Amino acid sequence: MSPRPGFVLEVDRSSPPTLFWHGEGFRLERLPEGSRVVYPPEPLPALADPVGAIRHALEHPLGDSQPLSSLLRPGMRLTIAFDDVSLPLPPMRRPDVRQLVIEQVLDMAAAAGVDDVVLVAALALHRRMTEGELRHALGDRIYDAFAPHGLLQQHDAEDPANLVHLGHTDLGEDVELNKRAATSDLLVYVNINLVAMDGGHKSVATGLASYRSLRHHHNAQTMRHSRSFMDQHRSELHSSNWRMGRLIAAQGVKVFQIETTLNTDTFPEQFRFLQRREWEWSARDRAAFVASSAALARTPERVRRAVFHAIKAPHRLTSVQAGEVEAVHERTTEHVHRQQLVVVEGQSDVLTMGLPYICPYNVNSIMNPVLVACLGLGYFFNLYRGKPLVREGGVVILSHPTPWAFHPGHHPSYIDFFEQVLTETTDPVGIGKYEESFATDPWYIHLYRTGHAYHGVHPFYMWYWCAHALEHLGAVIVVGGDRAAVRRLGFKPASTLADALEMATDVVGPDPTVTHLHAPPLMLAEVQ
Amino acid sequence: MRALVFERNVARFAASRVASVLVGSGRGAGVGPLRLGDLDPPEPPGPGWHRVRPLLSGICGSDLATVDGTSSRYFEDLVSFPFVPGHEVVGVVDAVAPGTVDGVAEGTRVVLEPVIGCIPRAVDPPCSACAEGRTGNCERVAFGQLEPGLQIGYCADTGGGWSAAGLVAHTVQLHPVPDALSDEDAVMVEPTACAVHGALQANVQAGDVVAVVGAGTLGLATIAALRRFSEPGTLLAGAKHPHQRRLAEALGADGVVTPQQLARAVRRRTRSLAISSHLTGGADVVVDCVGSAESIAQSLAMVRPRGRVVLIGMPGRTTVDLAPLWHREVQLAGAYAYGVEDGPHGGSVRTFDLAFELVQAAGLGRLVSARYPLERFEEALAHAGAAGRRGAVKVVFDVQARARKGQVP
Repeated sequence: MSPRPGFVLEVDRSSPPTLFWHGEGFRLERLPEGSRVVYPPEPLPALADPVGAIRHALEHPLGDSQPLSSLLRPGMRLTIAFDDVSLPLPPMRRPDVRQLVIEQVLDMAAAAGVDDVVLVAALALHRRMTEGELRHALGDRIYDAFAPHGLLQQHDAEDPANLVHLGHTDLGEDVELNKRAATSDLLVYVNINLVAMDGGHKSVATGLASYRSLRHHHNAQTMRHSRSFMDQHRSELHSSNWRMGRLIAAQGVKVFQIETTLNTDTFPEQFRFLQRREWEWSARDRAAFVASSAALARTPERVRRAVFHAIKAPHRLTSVQAGEVEAVHERTTEHVHRQQLVVVEGQSDVLTMGLPYICPYNVNSIMNPVLVACLGLGYFFNLYRGKPLVREGGVVILSHPTPWAFHPGHHPSYIDFFEQVLTETTDPVGIGKYEESFATDPWYIHLYRTGHAYHGVHPFYMWYWCAHALEHLGAVIVVGGDRAAVRRLGFKPASTLADALEMATDVVGPDPTVTHLHAPPLMLAEVQ
Repeated sequence: MRALVFERNVARFAASRVASVLVGSGRGAGVGPLRLGDLDPPEPPGPGWHRVRPLLSGICGSDLATVDGTSSRYFEDLVSFPFVPGHEVVGVVDAVAPGTVDGVAEGTRVVLEPVIGCIPRAVDPPCSACAEGRTGNCERVAFGQLEPGLQIGYCADTGGGWSAAGLVAHTVQLHPVPDALSDEDAVMVEPTACAVHGALQANVQAGDVVAVVGAGTLGLATIAALRRFSEPGTLLAGAKHPHQRRLAEALGADGVVTPQQLARAVRRRTRSLAISSHLTGGADVVVDCVGSAESIAQSLAMVRPRGRVVLIGMPGRTTVDLAPLWHREVQLAGAYAYGVEDGPHGGSVRTFDLAFELVQAAGLGRLVSARYPLERFEEALAHAGAAGRRGAVKVVFDVQARARKGQVP
């Protein structure tokens, strides 16, 4: 039976309660009759022979690229860059798709006699990966072959000795990249295109760039003109990356792009009810929901967090394509759309979302309030093509505990951002005056380079990610969140969904139309 | 007449200490050595002494420490029992000393400068500190014609501000209050003088990064004083409660954060690195307006090497790791009371003159949050002990008021 496409349910009297994610837990909520619930498409079937598909893609590249094997020769410098710990979500079961792809690239390189090979985790300004995370992404064999010799590196956007300025785009944007990658004879980039935002020129132009380069598109203005940043052709974020990518190519950096797509098989068997439609829950699903809810309610927060972050997704590979960046990405985007697009008719007054325990920036970490905002208003709000799911001046209702908690090692500058910047302003443009002082702070830079901290400027990016939503919305309400933390974000706290819907009527008027985004698994709403 | 009297009573002293630990500062007054009684006004001890009828008298952190039984034993020989507390006083001159020629007239509204130096004690010649006007540093506080006592409010011979019967004060301890100042403004002059002295002791250089720990009465007045009498490049403050944060900003702090965040704010402003909980650099000056072991340790952790920590808040017996002080060559300075300060144009100026100026300019009378009659002293002290949590700053006694049933301050 082929997987069913996405579905929009209209809630009626007979509809069962709707599952809302709520951080490290979930709730069943009754939405008003007439509300719409947007369900993602079911997972697409996986490629039967992923390794074979990878080899085929490498040898049958798209665009004007030659097969990978013909680009490899003895004596060359080869750099293989790969997406970092922020992808996929949740982390996938072993073997990770990066391992599968890089093993094939390395086999070809070995066969061609290439012995100057360096692997680079394309962190941009994200935190450095731990050994465990690198082993998970690459496999023990690759890790043990490269890491002990210093050949497995993590991009350091603050290492002036290993950055090279390639020039400016025609709009004056600096393009500064990882020197090893940019000066190699061939740069192979291995991507995981979990959502439509990923990949294309963004892989290299962002993943291997410095702050000097990133600041041109990671800002409030760019994000306000990305509608949405999940839609490359209406995204200023992508336009900027594409300008940079073309400059990178024009400067002679030879990029061989390998992009992969995964299906939305997101949760393991014991949490399978999380990706089933409620009216189709079996007795086993109900029992699993009740049992896990009861167990989680009695579990300390730290343990709950550890349980959820131990989840490894059964994601499977649905496509792999390689070659010239733009040709590859066009095909990749088609595959992402095939898996994630859901047609939705029109906007609503209120959009509700249950936010899960994880976002790209808290893998094995704490979802702090700034990340809650970013996941809800940055990522989920932007999961659309055409128009947002909620009308201009409408209300977004988020469900998340929003704890006033931060991982001090991963998110040190977030603490200061939350305590010292958001106390002054929550305006994405207004915060800009503090950006440079955070970006150039020697302590944050030290922690980013030597520890496992996100770069000092990163919380600003999270807030910029919310810029489009904050400009578009009339109000944001958080159900079940730490009230002080929610207020600090500039949002309104509510105890229950019913209270939140009542509060929303103050903004959008009585009897609002309501849409619930039933994610994850992830989807992309085609709002018509 | 009604007065609150503090007696030497070891058992009650212990009881108040236990109660303050168990139920909170100021809430052990009912079982402690403080009692409400009828008292005759004190007799002027000699020429130059006047009777003063208190109008408002503040409850200071040192008063609370006394009532709670948490004061340092260091002060035991510097006070005399029984005494009437209350040294933050605005009152009216009730009776002028016979033969007085110093211009003090009956009915004059005055603020008390309560430190009892050599002149009130009739110590002649005065000690070197008093000779220079630095009465807070007087070397004769336990000598002369009076019983020991640092200040009016701790001396058995003078009475104190928490008394409707009044107190006696020497001419040199009285400052006429300009008509433009309200009683609330005036009662803030004494704590403000402490803050002004501390702010000047901090020796802030133009452009310095200064951090103020604590945003109670002293902290807020210190922020105002630093802003008016020095030129800090950045003035950061740690404040626990929302109303303190608002006031700190209004009085001139450039940035106000929670106390837990203050070191982070200093680090960010100074672009320091950090090792464990200590900054490698830090603020040029940290002014500690709390005086606890935690606040001193916090101050040492956020001051730069060779920087200066000034203790304005009254400390007690504390345990603090001084290794960072030694290693980083930090100056730790106390700042007690007042006297004279270097004037802006050379010469010297009395700290109280600067305090009057600051109270008026910054409107510090607004820090007076609640007034209680003496009869309700237990409620008043409990309120003062929990001032921050209860949205208050300065709690005072309305000394001449009588409690009315159901009265809410």
